[in-house]
Parts: sequence; structure tokens; C-alpha cells
Amino acid sequence: MKFGVIVFPGSNCDHDAFYAASHNLGQPTEYIWHDSRSLGDVDAVILPGGFAYGDYLRCGAIARFSPVMQAVQRFAAEGGLVLGICNGFQILVEAGLLPGALIRNRGLKFICRELRLRVATTHSPFTGALHEGQVLRLPIAHGEGCYFAEPRTLDELEAEDRVAFRYLDNPNGSLRDIAGILSRERNVMGMMPHPERASDPLMGSADGLGVFQSMLAAVEAARPVAGVRP
Amino acid sequence: MKARVFVSLKTTVLDPQGKTVRAALQGLGYPAIEDVRQGKFFDIAIASGVTREQARKDIETIAHDVLANPVIEEYRVELLD
Repeated sequence: MKFGVIVFPGSNCDHDAFYAASHNLGQPTEYIWHDSRSLGDVDAVILPGGFAYGDYLRCGAIARFSPVMQAVQRFAAEGGLVLGICNGFQILVEAGLLPGALIRNRGLKFICRELRLRVATTHSPFTGALHEGQVLRLPIAHGEGCYFAEPRTLDELEAEDRVAFRYLDNPNGSLRDIAGILSRERNVMGMMPHPERASDPLMGSADGLGVFQSMLAAVEAARPVAGVRP
Repeated sequence: MKARVFVSLKTTVLDPQGKTVRAALQGLGYPAIEDVRQGKFFDIAIASGVTREQARKDIETIAHDVLANPVIEEYRVELLD
């Protein structure tokens, strides 16, 4: 399986995501520059954390218009796996690939610490290798991580089993404790916590590796003939 | 021609910055200040030769698609001469 990590000007978790996919998961991984118009032959793409385009205007608002995002839109429409982490999640909601918005933390402070999340569904390519109700320890690092959507959208997300993770101790005011959500087709996921920063025991937690292992398992399972590669 | 676009959070969206400003004002001895909502505005210069109708149409589109996020924000466009 091949991962692509998008690099926007201002991304700062691109190396972490690259390391998680390549070193800790052991899969071929490449960087994709923000002005590329193609994603090449990757099986999954990661929009990493950071401050793309300085978070000017709104978080993710400018990144959404970068050339690579058109390729990401096409890739997602064709069923490709797209994972947005932190700023990547903000970009996905700005781009309309996921519903809702991420607004200023309720307490106004930038919060950088480890916390606990509950896996809300295992019915997705990003959580399939986890257990329903499993509690993960992952770090967060954001100032605009309060998930907001209209009540109707929230009801829809819950009715369609599209909430991927919920906070155990909601740090930022996110509605219904939502920490991560899935697209309707379940091939796009955005989450504020950082699984890539907790993907090796040396980092204090390896709980985040399960997200990448889930993606690997989903891609391998979807291959037409197991064991035969061009 | 110039345009000014005001962008603010919808009233249904929590505005913690506005709330903090209100709390500070009450602390400063302005108990009559009941609520503060914080927003931003954009001053936009438009090249001469563009009609007022075209300018309004373009700025409305820009406000909706770029300057504001309609999921959480509302906006208002003013054309200034």
C-alpha cells in the first residue's frame, strides 16, 4: 500500500505523518506538494496537521483552493481513502468533503496535551482494526478544534454511524463530544487528535497506529487478487 | 469603487471571544453591556470601469464562497463610492 502526505506551505505534521506511515507502519510513502495537480498512484492520502497558508482568513480556507485539493476531491469521489488530521480536518470541512466546521475552542486557549477518545464506530476503513468502545490515548494540539454543525447535521451523522471518535473529557466544546467524523461514503475521515504523534511506544502511546493499520487492512482487503501485485 | 464585507459568526454559533470581551467590559464597570459579538470586515478596492451591478454580484459571490464560511458565519456587503 502506498501513502501520500500532502505538504501545504505551513504544514508542520507532514514529517510525523510520513514517519508513522513509512517507518512505524512500514509502507511506501511519498510527499505530495500542494501545487501538484495529481496524486500519482497512491492508495491513500493524508492531509497533515499544521497551519496551512498561515491559517489566514479561517483555518483551511485558503488551502481548500490549492491545486492539489482538486486532485483530492477527485480521488475522494472515486473512493480513495482521505485522512485529514487536525489542520487536515479543518481543510476537509472547508472543502466540503466533510460536513460542519471547526471553530475556536470554547476556552479560547490553544490546547496541547494527551487525552482519551472512545472509538465510536469500527465500521470504516480508518477504524476497522480497532474495537468498538476502545479508549485511545492520543495528543491534541489545536486552537480551533470545537466541532460545530447544525442539529440536523449532527443527527444525520449519528443516524448514519458517521461519528468515528468521541472525546471522553471534551477539551474544546465540540458538539456531542465529536472528535472525528466520516463522509457519507465512509472513505474520508477527519479527526482533531493526532494518531501519527502516538504511533510508537517511544512516543508515549502507540494507540494511533491502529488508524493506519486499519487503512492498510482496508486497502489490502480491497485488492482484487491477494498476493498478486503488478 | 470600494466594497466592504462584514463577516460574523451566526447567532446560533458560540462566540467565546465576544463573551470574553463582554466579561472584561463588565469588569471595567460597564454593567449595561449585555452582549458582544466579534466579527471582521474586508475593505476591497475594485478597478474602475466595473459597473455597480457587476461589482455587487462579484462581491456577493466572493463573500459567500471565500470570505465567509456559510456553515458558521453570516455576511453583509456594502458598496462604497
